[in-house]
Amino acid sequence: MRHVVGIVLIAAFIFYVLSLVSGLFIGPDPEAVGPVGRQVLEQSTREAGAVNTVTSVVVFYRGFDTLGEVTVLFLSALGIAVFFRAGGESANRAGTSGPAGNTEECGAPGFILRTGARILYPFFFLFGIYIIVHGHLSPGGGFPGGVIIATGFFVAILTGDRFHLPEGLLTVLEGFAGLSFIGLGLAGLFSPAGSFLANILPLGSFGTIFSAGILPLLYAVVGVKVAAELSGAVGRIYLDPEPVEEQ
Amino acid sequence: MNQIFTVTSLMNIAAFGLIIIGLLAIFTQRNIFKLIIGLNLADVGVNIFLVNAGYIDGGTAPIFTDGIRSAQIMTDPVPQALVLTAIVIGFGITALALGLTIRLFEKYHTLDVKEMRGLKW
Repeated sequence: MRHVVGIVLIAAFIFYVLSLVSGLFIGPDPEAVGPVGRQVLEQSTREAGAVNTVTSVVVFYRGFDTLGEVTVLFLSALGIAVFFRAGGESANRAGTSGPAGNTEECGAPGFILRTGARILYPFFFLFGIYIIVHGHLSPGGGFPGGVIIATGFFVAILTGDRFHLPEGLLTVLEGFAGLSFIGLGLAGLFSPAGSFLANILPLGSFGTIFSAGILPLLYAVVGVKVAAELSGAVGRIYLDPEPVEEQ
Repeated sequence: MNQIFTVTSLMNIAAFGLIIIGLLAIFTQRNIFKLIIGLNLADVGVNIFLVNAGYIDGGTAPIFTDGIRSAQIMTDPVPQALVLTAIVIGFGITALALGLTIRLFEKYHTLDVKEMRGLKW
């Protein structure tokens, strides 16, 4: 059964490569972008005011979709929270995982990791905030910046120092960020444009950091939410869930 | 199109190859971690395929920096925005799958899918 699947898949791949060689299905490379993309490229600087067109699409033209995307991320973080909070088995796990258990099984984290993490820790946050704030000007934005900040937390956890994740603060930040996104969207309903997530702020001068209306604000909110959710998810997996129960 | 393989077709082959490798891993492996790695490989392949769909020959990134004011040579921003979404969703799936894997290992004390009772079909 497995061999059949393998043979079929590899045959499909060979057929695909051969069809490309002979130009069976796929014509020559397109010389220009499609109609939607061309329209976005022509109008986004005027309508959204962002230098980065991808950010215009993600936050301005498909802002509602991004709200759904953040919700998916929230659901996966919620799922992890359910896995690692509910059920009585978390007490058994406390002895075999987490920083204290890892030192016995895999050896203590080395000198280089600990010292490097201590030096790099502030820079993770600085770089993450930079990426979030410049999301409408350069490649980056709320999603990558949030991941970079969460990486800072992850490195701090890996060093094995007794690290307390500020879970209450993270939850508050996450909820506040989600509410801010929806609040900014609702504010658009009462603006002259009268649509959800409409631009309510002046566009400013093109290419500066205070430009593009509410785009930087929305992306900053997304960045805070992503950072809080990922830090919470990583922390719940790696840290002892209930260290008190074992004693 | 005087050459056989253009940039687009080469990237398409790479993307399709990654999807095939991922599907092979999903269908033939029994270790849960290898299944998740296969899922991720297929995910990356689909992302490359989507980004590649908006590529034009010699195009630049769709960012209006000072030097480039012409929108004519920019690649399509719409598939790139779609892939941004897809990457985040893929991350969510992977994180949830890894969390579920830890729970399954606690319950069955094995990572082999075949040895997990109650998952037979």
